[in-house]
Amino acid sequence: MDLSYSPEHQAFRDQVRKFLADHKDKAPKAMGLGLGNKQAREWQKLLIKHGYTARTIPADYGGHGAEPDILKSRIIAEEFTEAGLPGGLSGQGISMLVPTLLEMGTEEQKQKYIPPTLRGEMIWCQGYSEPGSGSDLASLQTKAEIDGDDYVINGQKIWTSTAKQADMIFCLVRTEPDAPKHKGISYLLFSMDTPGIEVRPLVDMTGIANFNEVFFTDVRVPREQIVGEPGQGWFVANATLKHERGMLGDPNAAGTRLKAIVDLMHRETLDGERLIDNPVFRDRLVALQSRVFSMQFNGMRLLSASAKKEDAGLAKLIVKLQGCELNHQLAALAIDVMGELGILYDGSPHERSHGIWQRYYMFDLGLIIGGGTAQIQKNIISERGLEMPREPKPAQDPSRASA
Amino acid sequence: MEFGLSEEQRLLQDSVAKMLEEKSPLDHVRETAGHWKQSAAVQAALTELGAPALLVPEEFGGLGLSMLDAALIQEALGGHVSPVSFTATGVMAPVGILASGTDEQKADWLPKIAGGELRFGVAVSEKTGARLQAGITAEGGKLSGQALFALDTADATHIIVADRDGRLYVVEAGAAGLDTQDLKTIDRTRTFRELTLKGVTATPLDAENEQGLACRRMVDAGRIMLAADTLGAGQEMIRQAVEYAKERKQFNRVIASFQAVKHMCAEMAAELEPCRSLVWYAAHAFDHVPEESSLMACHAKAHLSEVGRFVARTATEVHGGMGFTDLLGLHYWFKRIGANRQILGGPEAVRAEAAKLQGWGEVA
Repeated sequence: MDLSYSPEHQAFRDQVRKFLADHKDKAPKAMGLGLGNKQAREWQKLLIKHGYTARTIPADYGGHGAEPDILKSRIIAEEFTEAGLPGGLSGQGISMLVPTLLEMGTEEQKQKYIPPTLRGEMIWCQGYSEPGSGSDLASLQTKAEIDGDDYVINGQKIWTSTAKQADMIFCLVRTEPDAPKHKGISYLLFSMDTPGIEVRPLVDMTGIANFNEVFFTDVRVPREQIVGEPGQGWFVANATLKHERGMLGDPNAAGTRLKAIVDLMHRETLDGERLIDNPVFRDRLVALQSRVFSMQFNGMRLLSASAKKEDAGLAKLIVKLQGCELNHQLAALAIDVMGELGILYDGSPHERSHGIWQRYYMFDLGLIIGGGTAQIQKNIISERGLEMPREPKPAQDPSRASA
Repeated sequence: MEFGLSEEQRLLQDSVAKMLEEKSPLDHVRETAGHWKQSAAVQAALTELGAPALLVPEEFGGLGLSMLDAALIQEALGGHVSPVSFTATGVMAPVGILASGTDEQKADWLPKIAGGELRFGVAVSEKTGARLQAGITAEGGKLSGQALFALDTADATHIIVADRDGRLYVVEAGAAGLDTQDLKTIDRTRTFRELTLKGVTATPLDAENEQGLACRRMVDAGRIMLAADTLGAGQEMIRQAVEYAKERKQFNRVIASFQAVKHMCAEMAAELEPCRSLVWYAAHAFDHVPEESSLMACHAKAHLSEVGRFVARTATEVHGGMGFTDLLGLHYWFKRIGANRQILGGPEAVRAEAAKLQGWGEVA
């Protein structure tokens, strides 16, 4: 164990700090997708120039072009959080499509799509899940049939966040209906302006449409808009799912949330007594703090393993399951700390923090389900981490019987 | 920046594990602990590997290694439910002497502890919450009173005793006025004793002037060890549960292929794996981050107690009826984890301390 940083990394941290001190006036309040926010796009440009976002993406494609150094990436994230300034643009285009294209795209696709995506000029949405294909994603039925130089797409996607704002979609479609389910899928890129696409907002339990349904009716997409080969889409998509799993369940978010609850417990009172003085609530707080620390240290262990290119095994496989559950439990404690006040919502008198804890509590349940349900995570942990056998396949797989 | 074990630490882990696999299989545990006996053979092998010298600084003839190294040994001992003394004799005692012994006391005792010639048990349980209103009072250099759950005193030559104010004293195991009796617990792999002192002559460890500080260090170290022990025992219970599930067939399938069973195992692994990093950090903080040392020891102790309980019952359940029998011996781990939870403060008490350490709220 050596938790100190090397002189090189210490110098890098100083450099990031200096940058943040010098340029903080230029930072927007929030980055979001960068859509229509000139200040956000300018900030993004500045961050890329200094290597604080899109750091390892080659300069040829509009990135900074640095060698991967996980510790430097970590230092950047820590310092931006510490300064309370937004890091680079996020969104599924940057976090999922760009890494996929770097691994699987043609040179032309990389040139065409990566630079505008990094600049925040091209917003993407993800077309994976379907009403009938959730955990069993590979059973998806949206079909793309060849007609001349085009694919003609018919079907429906669901859980499509940012579909309303998106310029483009990266989408899984069934191109080979007779092939085994994993081998009949292709990965297509196309414009959301293509005729035949309808986006319907999907209001969820938080009261907001965080997601959409997307309907395709005879949507024509040129055949060259494919990433990888026809029928390879499952493998192309798995390259991005890997990135998504890494993204969810960030332990530092839990640390920030815990601090906010400590403040809340110092502020809120029950019969005039601060909740921090209530031993029952304090016990719950400390019990969750143990979990927050465990996940933070687990994160540091993963970081070290990653820097040494070692496979962290179980320590990595459990992050999504444990991290999402922990965030959910933290929100639950905050609500209980507030008691009756904890149910106030929608701008009610006496509402605390704009109802953020209820929104977290509900949205985090969505995250426990989304991006690979908790049950799918447990399958992965038991099969890949503990080498337990897969569930025997049923004699007939209905998803293949349709052909 | 490296959060993980060094090459030397992995080698240490390997050599302790290898020794315990050879010398401390379950049959040996049954023959010794099953009959309320400690294992002289494993104790000798552990001494040979340098366990008593581990935390003794090199200037006193020890190895001068770290709390993390000690945690790795304790984890292995938990994994093998080894009936030997280490927590108190190998860890808490040297910590106590280093924290509050005079130069003369250190020079006198530490080399002999390192060599295995002297073994110091520890009686500080009352400082983590006294049951039966037990406690030790010092008067005119003599100690009187009752101490419960004294650790590793069965073959000890000396015992470090804390009085009600947290001052530490060394008492010779055969001192006049000292009566000991074995407390039989669910966990037969370790010895817990009750001490009754009537005007026992004691040598104060009085180099440290801040009252209770040295005792606090000992308790912190002990808590990290109990957490590490549960980590090792829990890990082994998961291993056994997974192995058993892969062999046991019902409905013409190995039960490891049922999601209900797989998910139980996944939940155990998901709960326990982050605990490893917590124990590592707590041990690291003990040596290198003094301001966090006590807090992290509390977190490790409390959290491993909770996760340990979950793993112990779930792993037993995965074994079905066989887990409940004596035939598999799984209960040795179950009981060891159960004892670790209560000794040196149960999780609720320890969390209350953690809150206090952070200045959270008014503590009753």
